[in-house]
Amino acid sequence: MIILPTRRAVLKSVLGGIAGMAFASPASALVRIVVSGAEFTPLPIAIPDFASSDPEFGRQVADIVRENLRSSGLFAPLPVTAMPSVVGDVSATPDFAQWTATNVDALVMGQVERGAQIQSSVRVWDTRATQQIVGQSLSTDSTSWRRIAHIVSDAVYSSLTGEGGYFDTRVVYVAESGPKANRVKRLAIMDQDGANNQYLTTGRSLALTPRYSSNGTLLAYMNYDDGNPQVYLLDMATGNQQRLGSFGQMTFSPRFSPDGQTLAFSIESGGTTNLYSLPIGGRNPRQLTNSSAIDTSPSYSPDGSRIAFESDRGGQQQIYLMGAGGGGAQRISYGDGAYSTPVWSPKGDLIAFTRRQGGQFHIGTMKPDGSGERILASSFHMEGPTWAPNGRVIMYFSDPGANGGPRLYSVDIWGRNQRQILTETFASDPAWSPLLS
Amino acid sequence: MRGIAPIFSYLRTILMVTLLVTVAACARTPGDQGEATPGSQQEFLVTVGDRVFFETDSSVLTNAGQTTLGAQATWLNRYSQYKIVIEGHADERGTREYNIALGARRAAAAVNFLVSRGVSANRISSKSFGKERPVAICNDISCWSQNRRSVTVLN
Repeated sequence: MIILPTRRAVLKSVLGGIAGMAFASPASALVRIVVSGAEFTPLPIAIPDFASSDPEFGRQVADIVRENLRSSGLFAPLPVTAMPSVVGDVSATPDFAQWTATNVDALVMGQVERGAQIQSSVRVWDTRATQQIVGQSLSTDSTSWRRIAHIVSDAVYSSLTGEGGYFDTRVVYVAESGPKANRVKRLAIMDQDGANNQYLTTGRSLALTPRYSSNGTLLAYMNYDDGNPQVYLLDMATGNQQRLGSFGQMTFSPRFSPDGQTLAFSIESGGTTNLYSLPIGGRNPRQLTNSSAIDTSPSYSPDGSRIAFESDRGGQQQIYLMGAGGGGAQRISYGDGAYSTPVWSPKGDLIAFTRRQGGQFHIGTMKPDGSGERILASSFHMEGPTWAPNGRVIMYFSDPGANGGPRLYSVDIWGRNQRQILTETFASDPAWSPLLS
Repeated sequence: MRGIAPIFSYLRTILMVTLLVTVAACARTPGDQGEATPGSQQEFLVTVGDRVFFETDSSVLTNAGQTTLGAQATWLNRYSQYKIVIEGHADERGTREYNIALGARRAAAAVNFLVSRGVSANRISSKSFGKERPVAICNDISCWSQNRRSVTVLN
């Protein structure tokens, strides 16, 4: 007799399964679910409106939680119209029979109140096991009410998947407007769901390739203010922007080390591009590569010990690994076509990349030794992967070419749930923030 | 054989650059075409040519590119009052950061050629736009081949 795991247990094993995927024996049923993807069914969950002295506010918060969980592709929120009770109650044990009759496996009961802070209590229930999975009190400051919904969403997501959340995050990107031959490109920032959009640079000069520091307080990016592109730093608290320094003819492709203390970037001189690193505030970059090729797009491993980067030293762009101090680079990408823009997952288990092959562009992942390559998305043109802080979702941009323009998309690491993130302009170069709280 | 669309697109580009670069163009009448003042920016554009093209992912100067740059060097050596900026560009079939480096490598190839033909390095600066400033917009090689370029801009 086969004992079927609960759907909640399956959800957890699906999320946990990616690292073990290539190692586990093919006989394992859980591994089979991960590899095929198609067998996975989103977990049915009910999230009634949150109880509140302002019922409209309680409904708005629940709407955001429902949309976040739905957008993850891992949950199927029950429509409000199908709920036996429309408003949550955190003080009582639910009538489980009522809820299992709607075929949901999990139930979220919440309450939210505005005051000096916004406070929310939330309880997550397993309706089949008739047990509480988690109960939490959460809060955020009163000026950013959507954040409480994102914080609650992260708590629910974590309790049911065993993974970190990613909803209480922001995305910096390049907002593009105007005709393609003379397009304005400026930095913008928004919540991960597209809300609260703001512009960070004026658009007077091209601003490209933003990247967050590990604690989210600094952005590094490339700016054409000085003629040739140069690396700039932007202080997120003050809005102050300043050039990193004067090194070589052109500096670009900045990336922070995981501790936020060092920046790796490219310096171009006389047509040759090599990688360097510089402590923030330092004046003398340390040379990491010494080729006569183009070495760019560095990415630190989460432990800071290694750097993945792309180089065309072998004739075409490929991905290499080296120590964070430079030297000893080993090629890890060997498929057809060109591989570029390696980005190390915050979990360390995967490196995301852009691949150009067969007249198309692809976003994929490989393990840090180059094995286990998976293509997650393909189109006429796509590039620029960035990781959600939980290492389970990747955002990138895709461009139809001609007179169209780029848009932001996300996909999970199993290649499922491709979604567009709506922006008011064309958008490229997304950079996902760490968790805000 | 090349189609009509890319030729139009190329002409449009030349026209746009001409309009942007030279005030003299505003006063020009159709009868003046091809009789630009010797040593003028217009003459450089019309009789020498301001740009050379590259193969995909390559910064090697083609024979045609060397011919154009040779003519540029001759002209620049005659009219030494100009400083120049070499702009390097890439087509949109590559990733953003790589293309910025590739544009720089193309610009460097053009700079080195001009210097080898006697143009003083002090007169030349360079700048890479990567794929951020295409001149021809379409989804095939007729456009991409025009965007893989270096452009010599007179100052």
